[in-house]
Amino acid sequence: MSTASTTRRAGGRTPARRGKLLGENPLGLLFSAPYLVFVVLVFAFPLCFAVWMSFQDYFFAAPGAQVDRPFVGLENYRQVLADPAVWRAFGNVGVFLIINVPLTVALSLVLATALDGATRFRTFLRVSYYVPYVTASVAVVGVWLFLFNGNGLVSQLLGPLAPDPAWLINSTWAMPMIALFVTWKQLGFYILLYLAALQNVPKELYESASTDGAGKVRQFFSVTMPGVRPATVLVVLLATVTGANLFTEPYLLTGGGGPNGASASPVLLMYQRGIEQGSPDVAAAIGVILVVLVLILAWLQRRFVGGEER
Amino acid sequence: MSRRQTVLRYVVLGIGALAFLFPFYYMVVGSLQTEPDPTPAGAFPSPSNLTLANYSDIDSRVDLWQGLLNSGIFTGGVIIGTVVFGLLAGYSLAVLQWRGRGVVFALALLVQVVPFQLLMIPLYVLIARDYGLADTHLGMILPFAINSTAVIVFRQYFLQLPKELFDAARIDGASELRVLWGVALPLVRPALLTVVLLSFIGPWNEFLWPFLITKEASMQPLAVSLANYISNVAATAANPFGAVLAGAVVLAGPAVALFIVFQRYFTSNDLGSGVKG
Repeated sequence: MSTASTTRRAGGRTPARRGKLLGENPLGLLFSAPYLVFVVLVFAFPLCFAVWMSFQDYFFAAPGAQVDRPFVGLENYRQVLADPAVWRAFGNVGVFLIINVPLTVALSLVLATALDGATRFRTFLRVSYYVPYVTASVAVVGVWLFLFNGNGLVSQLLGPLAPDPAWLINSTWAMPMIALFVTWKQLGFYILLYLAALQNVPKELYESASTDGAGKVRQFFSVTMPGVRPATVLVVLLATVTGANLFTEPYLLTGGGGPNGASASPVLLMYQRGIEQGSPDVAAAIGVILVVLVLILAWLQRRFVGGEER
Repeated sequence: MSRRQTVLRYVVLGIGALAFLFPFYYMVVGSLQTEPDPTPAGAFPSPSNLTLANYSDIDSRVDLWQGLLNSGIFTGGVIIGTVVFGLLAGYSLAVLQWRGRGVVFALALLVQVVPFQLLMIPLYVLIARDYGLADTHLGMILPFAINSTAVIVFRQYFLQLPKELFDAARIDGASELRVLWGVALPLVRPALLTVVLLSFIGPWNEFLWPFLITKEASMQPLAVSLANYISNVAATAANPFGAVLAGAVVLAGPAVALFIVFQRYFTSNDLGSGVKG
């Protein structure tokens, strides 16, 4: 889009020869330069570094020391794929996504629709929905530990219905609990996204649906849901990325991915293998696999959730 | 709309509000109890069971003020970097015509989908090992220094301003920086607050990155020192939950207060424009 405007102007003036190389207003490049340097330094270069590292026998050494870090091809990947803990961690993210993504879409859409039509207490409700989103995970994890431990409030309320061992140390429940926690914490943000999307659904559609005899429920499924589909694509994508990035919750809520790796996430493994055990090359390989899987998943979601919009 | 539907709407909304707010209420109550009381009655404690002892207890194990100060420096650095450089980038992307503008905008969108966690290992190697910035505020700030969402929000706001405004100022002989400072900036004040709020949550709540590069307790932001307390020392405290919850209240307090006071700058429209690009 930038080139279009430069070519449009190019025909008219002759003294603009100098400007043609960098466009009409080269100062723009100067203004954007700090951001561009930042992106290269903190995103582009580390990204390439991570991929390169995953093919080397890379280890930590004292700064400035000359060490030999040979190219080892797919050795790190072979090691990663032979590790059952890695398979388990990716499986856990699968469990997480199956619970978290549909729950997030359903709850945030329902609450946003209800909030959109509400006339009273709007500000109070909106703020109370995004309070968990703006609070540090570390802080709310403390409350969840208190609520869901062996004799915590939730177990006391449920009595004999509560699982034994308790939620967070139960190998069946640990991962679903993390999925529930993240759904609860992020929901407010997605409600705000849907609220914005709902403003873009033409009101006339509801009126004509109503004259055709469609009830509220019918309108929700045939007008609202198709109307906010672009937002749904975004919500599904962001929820998936959040799921792939899981670290704080398994680290703190279930005490380091416990019990016995039942709630470990790939990023937690990257931390354990890369920093704690000093094999950044293996950790980088896990990271590359993770990103490739997320990209594949995002593409699939775009195809199926995005529908005819593509 | 029928009365029954209105009632149903508010019942749904009320259940939602309760589910979101109860844990926060419970956090405050738990932080004030002498003895942790997990029974349902414990959610409504009698005034005689209330104490501030948990706050001094957590403060003696985790230096709360130092933690808040480190969180503040970390967050402040990110906000300054984002406002100054994000504003310049957003302005040049929206108002100025230059080659490569589309590429930079595409990069800003792309950066948002790159998971930071993939970069954590190479960034750790670069920043902590190669540049020797472990246990420094600069090392903490660097990966978050300019928030890409903020760049896009600024661009969006500047795009909405009429072009004639800028042209008029330029004809009067104002330099580009002067146009930005004197004409554009006063018109996008609401965007400024939105961006400050947006770039506040990230670093204030961030755990993984500062956890990786700060080993020294005196350099750790509050989120990190509290997390270390939860995972290491909690078992030895007299009332571990009380102390943890007291720390949680101190960590959550500033963020929650800020977002309640400035709630009108954190609305669906601002965010929508930011995320939709």
